[in-house]
Amino acid sequence: MRTIRIASGQGFWGDWLEAPLRQVQGGPIDYLMMDYLAEVTMSIMQKQRARDPAMGYARDFVPLVARLLPDLVERGIRITSNAGGVNPRACADEVVERAQELGLQGKVQVGVVTGDDILDRLSELADRGHLLANLDTGEPLEAIRDRVQSANAYLGAQPVVEALRRGAQIVITGRVTDTGLTLAPMIHEFGWAADDWDRIAAGTVAGHINECGAQCTGGNCLVDWERLPNMADPGYPIVDARDDGTFVVTKHEGTGGRVTVASVTEQLLYEMGDPSTYITPDGVADFTTIRLKQDGKDRVFVSGVRGRPATDSLKVSLSYLYGYKAVGTLVYAWPDAYKKAKKADRILRERLARLGLEFEEILTEFVGVNATHGRLAGEPDPNLAEVQLRIGVRARESAPVRRFTREIAPLILNGPPSVTGFAGGRPKVEEIVAYWPALIPKTEIQTQVEILEA
Amino acid sequence: MSPTRRPRTAKRGPKGGGRRMPLLRLAHARSGDKGDTVNVGLIALRPEFYPLLEREVSAARVARHFRGIIKGKVERFELPNVSALNFLLHGALGGGGTLSLKTDAQGKVFSTALLRMEIPVPRGLDVE
Repeated sequence: MRTIRIASGQGFWGDWLEAPLRQVQGGPIDYLMMDYLAEVTMSIMQKQRARDPAMGYARDFVPLVARLLPDLVERGIRITSNAGGVNPRACADEVVERAQELGLQGKVQVGVVTGDDILDRLSELADRGHLLANLDTGEPLEAIRDRVQSANAYLGAQPVVEALRRGAQIVITGRVTDTGLTLAPMIHEFGWAADDWDRIAAGTVAGHINECGAQCTGGNCLVDWERLPNMADPGYPIVDARDDGTFVVTKHEGTGGRVTVASVTEQLLYEMGDPSTYITPDGVADFTTIRLKQDGKDRVFVSGVRGRPATDSLKVSLSYLYGYKAVGTLVYAWPDAYKKAKKADRILRERLARLGLEFEEILTEFVGVNATHGRLAGEPDPNLAEVQLRIGVRARESAPVRRFTREIAPLILNGPPSVTGFAGGRPKVEEIVAYWPALIPKTEIQTQVEILEA
Repeated sequence: MSPTRRPRTAKRGPKGGGRRMPLLRLAHARSGDKGDTVNVGLIALRPEFYPLLEREVSAARVARHFRGIIKGKVERFELPNVSALNFLLHGALGGGGTLSLKTDAQGKVFSTALLRMEIPVPRGLDVE
């Protein structure tokens, strides 16, 4: 039976830069999937585009692709990626330019998928009764509309499929779902119908396994973690897909990490809601139907996936300016490290109160004692070598947060003793961009696919 | 966050003998975030441990385990096909992703926090 190999090259914006190269050069693959987008990523990109209209995408994608291009062209490997962020066209233009510099004129076609960005359409949509109410709270968007910084509908696999059908070797999108980037090559290669719900669901499960890079090949995997081989060079996942919707999760020979039922199951459950109803624009996958079987070393066979029809709406991810926060840290040493850190916290809080500063929240954590598991960690050893005091504040206005950042350093000279670890200087005031999930009818979103020639 | 721990009642096994064990010896886990909700996938280390997890690790029991740490309710979903349970812990991140002041703003280590939970294990079950 014919199979296609879809490799995962990036699990988020900031993932290992070596991974895509190793996927292309380490053995046979047909497609390279690179996922760059998370909820917060879009707002960062939106800010970059606001400063410079030529920006707003994952800039490191371009030199990466340039490095890969000669191999891609020689072997006919195709890329699907949402590196385009809020400016896929600018990203594609850059890729075309690099292809020309490499002397690949006429040899590379770049597909651009747009239509997800609805930031400029919010008033128009509101006028026609689309409230874009918050999925979690029910609040209408009106409450924060003047503070919205980005607004993108999640597109599915279909526009990527169209770009592939029209010959694109590299498909660059905005907010296409992470899963759609792996599903699209399967639909394209096997000619699956858009309403072949079980196969669509199977490809979606493959996409979910692929979308976080090495998180399914041993990365961040608790089982036997100390003995995972060669984690300096972890193999990233490759989905070896078949026409019938079954697939094998594997990695290139000779790479580190491990592909097991345990490593794949951990990734299946990552960021999972109701497992029977995993909703994407392409269909609904039922994760309670998945069968996993170890099929030799570093091979997991996935079958049995059942799906249901797609819903008639798309999820919209909006981001808006919420307020400000800052986090300051100091390290207290033995003896009585924890007691000193607690004392410093009390002193600091008293000073903040005397200054009349108002915060939405003040949070103190003692790193080494309770920062990760809270009270579940129990009482610490009284002889702890050191404890880091970590205190954060959040407010709607920037002024109190700014003032807070001036109150950490003085503690070094006027607070409890044996304190160090302040080399980083004054804490940074960070703008908080919050996330607003909503739904929109599919009929409101028209996607466009454009093919650029190098 | 207070690090104090309430005194535990004497350890008591299940009927017919047995012992209490942390989930760490029976399961592995991975957690992630969605807004202010954390999901924890709890996966049996061996398929034969799954029925015990399904029986002992109820949503109510997990809610008690995380009392004072999360603000909302706990939901549980079963995936017997992969010997796993999925828990949704609501109100777990101090406002969620970017608002959170927590070290673990994305809920990455709620996984091992759950593995601290102790459950009664029948004598007959062979745990390494």
